[in-house]
Amino acid sequence: MIRDLKGIYIIWLRDIKRFFRDKARLITGIARPSFYLFILGSGLSSAFGMFGGRGGDWYMDFVYPGILGMIIIFTSLFSAVSIVWDREFGFLKEILVAPISRTSIVIGKALSGSTLSLFQGIIMLFFAPLLRIQLNFFMIIKICLLILLTSFALTSFGILIASRMRTMQGFHMIMNFIIMPMFFLSGAMFPLKDLPKWLEYLVNINPLSYSIDAIRYVMLEDKIFLAHPLLINISVISIFAVTMITLAIFVFNITD
Amino acid sequence: MPIERGKLSVIISVEKLTKKFKNLIAVNQISFEVHEGEIFGFLGPNGAGKTTTINMICTLLSPTSGKAVLNGHNITKERNQVRQCIGLVFQDPSLDDWLTAKENLEFHALIYNIKRKTAKKRIDQILEIVELKDRKNDLVLNFSGGMKRRLEIARGLIHYPKVLFLDEPTLGLDPQTRNKVWEYIKDLKERENITIFLTTHYMDEAENCDRISIIDMGKIIAIDTPENLKKKVMGDIITVETTDNKSLSKEIENKYGKNVFFYDNKIQFEVDDSERFIPQFIRESKEDILSISARKPTLDDVFLSLTGKKIRDESASTMDGMRKMIRVRRMRR
Ligand SMILES: Nc1ncnc2c1ncn2[C@@H]1O[C@H](COP(=O)(O)OP(=O)(O)OP(=O)(O)O)[C@@H](O)[C@H]1O
Ligand SMILES: [Mg+2]
Repeated sequence: MIRDLKGIYIIWLRDIKRFFRDKARLITGIARPSFYLFILGSGLSSAFGMFGGRGGDWYMDFVYPGILGMIIIFTSLFSAVSIVWDREFGFLKEILVAPISRTSIVIGKALSGSTLSLFQGIIMLFFAPLLRIQLNFFMIIKICLLILLTSFALTSFGILIASRMRTMQGFHMIMNFIIMPMFFLSGAMFPLKDLPKWLEYLVNINPLSYSIDAIRYVMLEDKIFLAHPLLINISVISIFAVTMITLAIFVFNITD
Repeated sequence: MPIERGKLSVIISVEKLTKKFKNLIAVNQISFEVHEGEIFGFLGPNGAGKTTTINMICTLLSPTSGKAVLNGHNITKERNQVRQCIGLVFQDPSLDDWLTAKENLEFHALIYNIKRKTAKKRIDQILEIVELKDRKNDLVLNFSGGMKRRLEIARGLIHYPKVLFLDEPTLGLDPQTRNKVWEYIKDLKERENITIFLTTHYMDEAENCDRISIIDMGKIIAIDTPENLKKKVMGDIITVETTDNKSLSKEIENKYGKNVFFYDNKIQFEVDDSERFIPQFIRESKEDILSISARKPTLDDVFLSLTGKKIRDESASTMDGMRKMIRVRRMRR
């Protein structure tokens, strides 16, 4: 048990070290949130602003959690690429023959992905005042916890896919197939009202919808999207997280 | 725990182990035992199934059929326990390029649960042996192929496992480093009673082994001590040069009943006892003998006679050659 905890820590530590060492990744990691926020956020809200009145500000309030969701989904799912990368460069073998369980490797990876995603989320939160978004301390704590939970679920999902992947190209292709629909069907950019039945169905089975809804629930007074009670949102994300990490551990434990 | 059998205790026992990749049988029903404390060598040409066998024993691959037990632990049912008993130097690269040399070693020490103080001592010592001490804080990314290889070996020697697997450990190293590494490995083996499981193409390296198993196309074709293998297969090898090789070869074939090979304008054949054979041969030969020599067979000769192939000759290999091989391997995956 203690060995397992230590194993998790060692795997986590290496991923974090590598992230902060690789300057290109670090810079992208900081630039991407800022970029999305200002270009997308400001661009879109001024477009909404043209409709007059409070449209612009209102849209910024609405889209900010969505962009947060975008960062989370990108960082979490793509952080699992480190498994494919390690396999391609051989380092995975060093980890796989070491006396730590496959389970602690998966959990360590899931936690490092969540940490990196939280790191980017926090950078986003720093920009909030510039965008006239008001956050108090408790809101920030709650948002961070939601980011962590969502990221853990999504990173586990990424690991599940990465454990069977042999090439980076393959992984990237599949990821793009998953990320785009998941993002657009989450209500991140526009309210999903009066959708055709089948689309509504897809939105409802998309775990990201619940995360973004929960973040909006914490941040905004207007309940403008799915507006499930926080408890339901958190339950859905938690169930998703548990399912994904269990599947990831199971698949990662299979040896060729 | 190892099974006592007479004086030797068996630390690895393999029974009818088989691995199929789709329709290719990489390892075909092999059985053997490795004794505690010995250096056991796997000798075979490219694609013989050496790495595949090691990967199965080390829990990286699961066997298609068959069974293997390491230090009392079944390799398919008790994988975590097996991993606690082993150490590995891989044939293919397996370093983290984005960590420094020292960090790679520290990661290893940490994951193998070595106390910080002990780890520091061993890391310093091993970095000295592989001559990377003044580069220890450089990213592995910036290392040459040979330096990476040295670091890879160093890493494998940081923790002291029950069984240490070395998959072509000194491939591509300069002779001087090879010797130093070997000295260290032998010393470590004596001190810590480590069993060493080795694969190699170098004949002189194979002769360091207590026992050798010759493997070809997924099958073990011979297993014994280097001396016995050499004895079992043939006597001494005689090389003769005369003015008329054709007629001499006829004479040898008729009179002594030996098969001769022509080689470099010389004639080569085997006899049981060269010390007695040569004087008699010279006395009775009708041709003028320009030169004659006798030598003991090497494992190369053993290999040739068992498989009909020459094992890959690595002695002329440069780092370039090694890099090319690594690239090919990577693409295979
Ligand atoms: N993952 C794999 N998928 C398919 N075939 C494989 C795989 N790994 C090995 N093989 C095949 O199994 C056979 C044995 O390979 P192995 O790597 O065990 O050889 P080896 O004896 O280690 O050779 P070398 O001296 O080149 O290292 C080869 O024909 C190889 O192509
Ligand atoms: Mg091999």
